[in-house]
Amino acid sequence: MNKIVAKEHFSEKVVKLVVEAPLIARARKAGHFVIVRVGEKGERIPLTIAEADTQAGTITLVVQAVGKSSAKLCALNPGDYITDVVGPLGKATHIEHFGTVVCCGGGVGCAPLLPIVEAMKAAGNRVITVLAARTKELIILEEQMRKYSDEVIVMTDDGSYGHKGLVTQGVEEVIKREKVDLCVTIGPAVMMKFVALLTEKYHIPTVASLNTIMVDGTGMCGACRITVGGKTRFVCIDGPEFDAHQVDFDEMLMRLSSYKDVE
Amino acid sequence: KERTDIPRVKMKELDPAYRVTNREEVNCGLTPEQAVLEATRCLDCVEPLCMTGCPVGINIPKFIKNIERGDFREAARTLKETSALPAVCGRVCPQERQCESKCFYLQKLKKEPIAIGYLERFAADYEQASGEVALPDMKPDNGIKIAVVGSGPCGLSFAGDMAKLGYRVTVFEALHEIGGVLKYGIPEFRLPNRIVDVEIDSLRRMGVEFMTDCIVGKTLSYDDLHEMGFKGIMVASGAGLPRFMNIPGENLNGVMSSNEYLTRVNLMDAANPESDTPVYKGHRVAVIGGGNTAMDSVRTARRLGADRAMIVYRRSEAEMPARQEEVHHAKQEGVEFLTLHNPIEYIGDERGRVRQMKLQKMELGEPDASGRRSPVPIPGAIETIDVDEVIVSVGVSPNPLVPNAIEGLEVTPKGTIVVNADTLQSALPDIYAGGDIVRGGATVILAMGDGRRAAAAMHEALQKQQRSA
Ligand SMILES: Cc1cc2nc3c(=O)[nH]c(=O)nc-3n(C[C@H](O)[C@H](O)[C@H](O)COP(=O)(O)OP(=O)(O)OC[C@H]3O[C@@H](n4cnc5c(N)ncnc54)[C@H](O)[C@@H]3O)c2cc1C
Ligand SMILES: Cc1cc2nc3c(=O)[nH]c(=O)nc-3n(C[C@H](O)[C@H](O)[C@H](O)COP(=O)(O)OP(=O)(O)OC[C@H]3O[C@@H](n4cnc5c(N)ncnc54)[C@H](O)[C@@H]3O)c2cc1C
Ligand code: SF4
Ligand code: SF4
Ligand code: FES
Ligand SMILES: [Mg+2]
Repeated sequence: MNKIVAKEHFSEKVVKLVVEAPLIARARKAGHFVIVRVGEKGERIPLTIAEADTQAGTITLVVQAVGKSSAKLCALNPGDYITDVVGPLGKATHIEHFGTVVCCGGGVGCAPLLPIVEAMKAAGNRVITVLAARTKELIILEEQMRKYSDEVIVMTDDGSYGHKGLVTQGVEEVIKREKVDLCVTIGPAVMMKFVALLTEKYHIPTVASLNTIMVDGTGMCGACRITVGGKTRFVCIDGPEFDAHQVDFDEMLMRLSSYKDVE
Repeated sequence: KERTDIPRVKMKELDPAYRVTNREEVNCGLTPEQAVLEATRCLDCVEPLCMTGCPVGINIPKFIKNIERGDFREAARTLKETSALPAVCGRVCPQERQCESKCFYLQKLKKEPIAIGYLERFAADYEQASGEVALPDMKPDNGIKIAVVGSGPCGLSFAGDMAKLGYRVTVFEALHEIGGVLKYGIPEFRLPNRIVDVEIDSLRRMGVEFMTDCIVGKTLSYDDLHEMGFKGIMVASGAGLPRFMNIPGENLNGVMSSNEYLTRVNLMDAANPESDTPVYKGHRVAVIGGGNTAMDSVRTARRLGADRAMIVYRRSEAEMPARQEEVHHAKQEGVEFLTLHNPIEYIGDERGRVRQMKLQKMELGEPDASGRRSPVPIPGAIETIDVDEVIVSVGVSPNPLVPNAIEGLEVTPKGTIVVNADTLQSALPDIYAGGDIVRGGATVILAMGDGRRAAAAMHEALQKQQRSA
């Protein structure tokens, strides 16, 4: 049982939750995630640790309500308890001084991007962050991103904020302008697919953080499996980050729809 | 003389047509009269061969003779001298290959062996039902903290023995439930959760603490455990990594590991409409493999409504590793057995859902390394069968979490932790390991026995340390 100590609405469907989890706060690194379960009949769902405060013993989750389980979590309030929180899971992001790093996040993918932006900056990189969403209200964490980025480019599909256009247009602009050493992308699978296609064209090493369906998150079930470089890998223990140019995104898109008919 | 003329007891079981509609336990247990009569058959052999077939050497004639006398409690006590989980082992041990295979009746009289497993279950259930599960005599608290990684049969039995010896035991479990495979793997219709819960409750009353949602190697490191003052660590993390066959189409939707399928149904209660976790309820379900896990999956599929539930196994029935009783029960429940068939490809529809499987027919060739006749493909004999769900149950590998996280542990190429065969001590002196993480996929009784041996050895080592300190 983990207590929620603070809650903030980023938009109608996206909330930030600060949750008591001292052991996880202490052990986590950028790129790690947790699995949470709400209620005794609740589902286990993975969520990235957006921030952690070791002093306060809390972790921050940014959750988008997309279905039953995420909606249940978003409906909780400060003082409520999350039935289970387990982690930190997955491999931490490989952080080093690469040079110039473009971090691009789409929608709620900006939440897991934040700790990576922060860590990349701390490692001495020039960090250019591209945030993308359908419309202005869905752009989240911009202020926090600015703190750790040398530049933030905002893209909206409808042009209601920042530049009008897709995340790939924002990234390509940077690539054409200056030498980029690494690209990190987190967001909907389709978005990551197109970012990967773009950066492959320019031969820029690219890391994608995959959000497959999971159950246990410890390598026990294989629900999260995905093909990378022709081999089956488990996202929860081998990932969640992989070489984006090796990921079979079409298979991933197909697998994400796995339980569409059942739910 | 007339003892040997009594026929082996038949346990009452639920009618197959009824039981596939629910998850009630199939085997109903023996009545006291049945148990006493079956116990009467036992000849109390001077050299009880049956005991040589039990991996932990339970004093079988002693507990059976207690049943014959009607002292069921004493029978349970005898079992507990050796086994921490008799109600579980009585249900899930492959008796036909262990204790019962060595029984005098079978070996010398060519008659059906004593139903040792049934009797074990009877005595243990009797004690559980009495509501007075006797706690063992406890040594006074010695203040020494011991950590256990994993709450399967190995971890639980280790915890019980150490608590008895006065240690302060904490069991860390990665999942939100305690019990390991006993909870998330073996289904309710074979091993009801309440049976396991009684044992867990006893451990709690003995002072064992459980910390769920805590992964050693992730949430807590080896160093953290030291900082917290743990003087000994038992790794009982199991063999949780499912194997796949790496054939085309295996990542299609509707194809999954038996671990995923059984976890959804058993741990997450996904078949219950009130549960938030979804599960496929296929109409034509193929389960690939011939072990207990495969039988559990295929019988679960029947219960979730599959009209056609198939076992696809590349060898013949004689080589199947599953317990005989499970195979028998599966057949009663209308499961089809496609033995000497091996899947080579799955074919999906435009939406990526599995629709068909291609099976290669096999024949038996020369014996292989395992001593079983190896399956060889019959050239050109390929069959295509419609399916809408495939459950891959071809084995598990050791869970790599702990070996990856703790430097200095010696690990085999297969990923199992290397330990001293007698003491179960690993390359790191304060870490012991047992169960499936050491053996690969094995059995409940072996895991449980490892827990007990490791406890004895760790106790001795800690006492030695204290004497020299
Ligand atoms: C490593 C990782 C990190 C993630 N981090 C975040 C995050 O920080 N914030 C956030 O809002 N979301 C994150 N997600 C996605 C989040 O887990 C899903 O949105 C959530 O599980 C949806 O569940 P639901 O019941 O609300 O929706 P459903 O209606 O069940 O499903 C909606 C869609 O979510 C996906 N999904 C469903 N069940 C699961 C499951 N058990 N595991 C994973 N995906 C599932 C499927 O694509 C599905 O089509 C992350 C996923 C992964 C794998
Ligand atoms: C479906 C199925 C049916 C079976 N049927 C039979 C049968 O009929 N008869 C029989 O004898 N055997 C059977 N077996 C095999 C038997 O269940 C196992 O051999 C036995 O459970 C192994 O026990 P264990 O304690 O070593 O590990 P497990 O039971 O696997 O328990 C390990 C536990 O450790 C936890 N864990 C792992 N890593 C960590 C970590 N880092 N930190 C904290 N916790 C961790 C896991 O979550 C798990 O709960 C079956 C197995 C399956 C899967
Ligand atoms: S523990 Fe298993 S092998 Fe040993 S006597 Fe009991 S049923 Fe037989
Ligand atoms: S071998 Fe058979 S008859 Fe003899 S003691 Fe064992 S169970 Fe009884
Ligand atoms: S979530 Fe189960 S193996 Fe990755
Ligand atoms: Mg859901």
